[in-house]
Amino acid sequence: MTDGQDPSTDVVAADAAPVAAGEVISRHEGMFGVSGTGDTSGFGGLVRTVELPGASTPPYGGWMDDVASDLATAAAAAGVENAVEKVVVHRDEITFFIRREDLLPVVKLLRDDEKLRFEFCAGVNGVHYPDDAGRELHAVYHLLSMTHNRRIRLEVTAPDADPHIPSVCATYPTADWHEREAFDFFGLIFDGHPALTRIQMPDDWPGHPQRKDYPLGGIPVEYKGATIPPPDQRRSYN
Amino acid sequence: MTADPYAATESETTQGRVFTVTGQDWDSIVTGIAEDQDDKVVVNMGPQHPSTHGVLRLILELEGETVTEARCGIGYLHTGIEKNMEYRTWVQGVTFCTRMDYLSPFYNEATYVLGVEKLLDITDDIPEKAQVMRVLLMELNRISSHLVCIATGGMEIGALTVMTIGFRERELVLDLFELITGLRMNHAFIRPGGVAQDMPAGALDEIRDFIKLMKKRLPEYADLCNANPIFKARLVDVGHLDLAGCLALGLSGPPLRATGYPWDLRKSQPYSGYEDYDFEVQTWDTADAYGRFRIRLAEMWESLKIVEQAVERLAGLEGAPVMVADKKIAWPSQLAIGSDGMGNSLDHIKHIMGESMEGLIHHFKLVTEGFRVPAGQAYVPIESPRGELGAHVVSDGGTRPFRVHFRDPSFTNLQATSVMSEGGQVADVIVAIASIDPVMGGVDR
Repeated sequence: MTDGQDPSTDVVAADAAPVAAGEVISRHEGMFGVSGTGDTSGFGGLVRTVELPGASTPPYGGWMDDVASDLATAAAAAGVENAVEKVVVHRDEITFFIRREDLLPVVKLLRDDEKLRFEFCAGVNGVHYPDDAGRELHAVYHLLSMTHNRRIRLEVTAPDADPHIPSVCATYPTADWHEREAFDFFGLIFDGHPALTRIQMPDDWPGHPQRKDYPLGGIPVEYKGATIPPPDQRRSYN
Repeated sequence: MTADPYAATESETTQGRVFTVTGQDWDSIVTGIAEDQDDKVVVNMGPQHPSTHGVLRLILELEGETVTEARCGIGYLHTGIEKNMEYRTWVQGVTFCTRMDYLSPFYNEATYVLGVEKLLDITDDIPEKAQVMRVLLMELNRISSHLVCIATGGMEIGALTVMTIGFRERELVLDLFELITGLRMNHAFIRPGGVAQDMPAGALDEIRDFIKLMKKRLPEYADLCNANPIFKARLVDVGHLDLAGCLALGLSGPPLRATGYPWDLRKSQPYSGYEDYDFEVQTWDTADAYGRFRIRLAEMWESLKIVEQAVERLAGLEGAPVMVADKKIAWPSQLAIGSDGMGNSLDHIKHIMGESMEGLIHHFKLVTEGFRVPAGQAYVPIESPRGELGAHVVSDGGTRPFRVHFRDPSFTNLQATSVMSEGGQVADVIVAIASIDPVMGGVDR
């Protein structure tokens, strides 16, 4: 049944293609809870690769090049020239992936450097990519420069096994509650945070609810004889 | 007789003596403290308290009437909306996020939808009428939200007339919402690709009447409050936070503009066609609760101006589409009013059930599976009544959001509680918090 359309070879081919600018982070097989052979619906043979926008190369366009080069200059002067892992430009938004050990000097430069002046941090958000081995946890920072009217995004990754990221509270005090929330929901530990405690969930709550391995919860609902399972156990298209 | 569970009690703990009082039994605490040598009292206020502006818990350390430390306890309204959205389609997400900040539902919907549209790369394809309707609804919503802020803020300092007239006018806005969207709140009306349905007949006339009436009613607030000595005594120089403090703590919206800095995303980073409207960014230069009140008052006038312009534009857009032309994204059916209330339009039901098998399949696929959104992330912040509201929308290319996080201005602004109220009096804490106007549904999500 799967002759000639072996899903694994397709993926390898997609991976090897140099034109694929995206970054494959995971692969889903099957649909509606059906996987593998033995099912005649054909859903078992479906394969979907999750491919995030990959690294961009300059020129990024407009002011983004200015920010990138100003940041590179300032970082070199501060001795953290390798801070930026990669730059992703997607849908007119620029994302700088920052090595976590260099995060603190970089945010300080971004806030204080005259050409950068990102004086406003809109917050920190966690994202959990369970299949992105070694980079499961992402912390995403949205910075705004009111002086230059620009927005950038910083992304810092940490593995599940070592979920530590330095706290930017000293530079952006507003990150206080945002980091507490990311800790509460993802288990990200922000080193140097003044009081990293849970903020939304009760203090004695077990687990970190926004992680992908944390179930949504819910109970089956019975209606007119039929039983509908909770949303996270229903058949889905994903 | 059984013991009264709410009666005043007193107990000894390792931290000191603990008094539980619920009102009218202050004598026990007064005599209890008088016996103690220590002047310092830690007061737990809330989460169920009429003056904390919602389900907010305040932990205040007092020396006499002076607040030496103030901390917030939040999370009492946490409902896991962001997690729930990960298990629904992109369109269903609107139904969830509209319930976050329940005083400005259209803003929650709009920032989420703008993010989704950006990922779909259809930002430029949204029909003009849908854009104008979004602006119209958002600005009406700004008026209703500011009215509640002024009303509850007044109530918390004992100005009950301000509350009654505030809610009186808000009711008129909610009537307009009900007319246009069918619901007073939790509308789920702004959808990826446009809005859920066209303007109903007669709505523009109703809005024109409302504008006329508001122009008579808004001056009442100014007459009641602006120069009122009691009102000013409570608000002036209370909850002070200057520009540097606002930026460090990430405050936006009226608290930021009350420092004199004209930062308004509608002007500086326009979305939904705000660049086409004529309005002014309102500022004040006192950086206190009174300035924030005056800004809200002035912003309601500006919102009326925008609503007026939107109504005139809508009058010339009769019959224009309100949903993106791409049938792979546009919701297949439109709502209509039937004899038994609002529901799917009968014409559409007739079409898919009796005329077109393909139409039925298309409807079924789009409603059950939904559309796929290209992988990536987007953040399109908008100027909500409380400041910068943005949804960080992450897609893995599937039919459901991979992660949606709302940067809610109430959540961020509430961090300023300690700076605004420490060193002041207990009564000023209430005023300072009311001047931030946090909505706990948005804080806790």
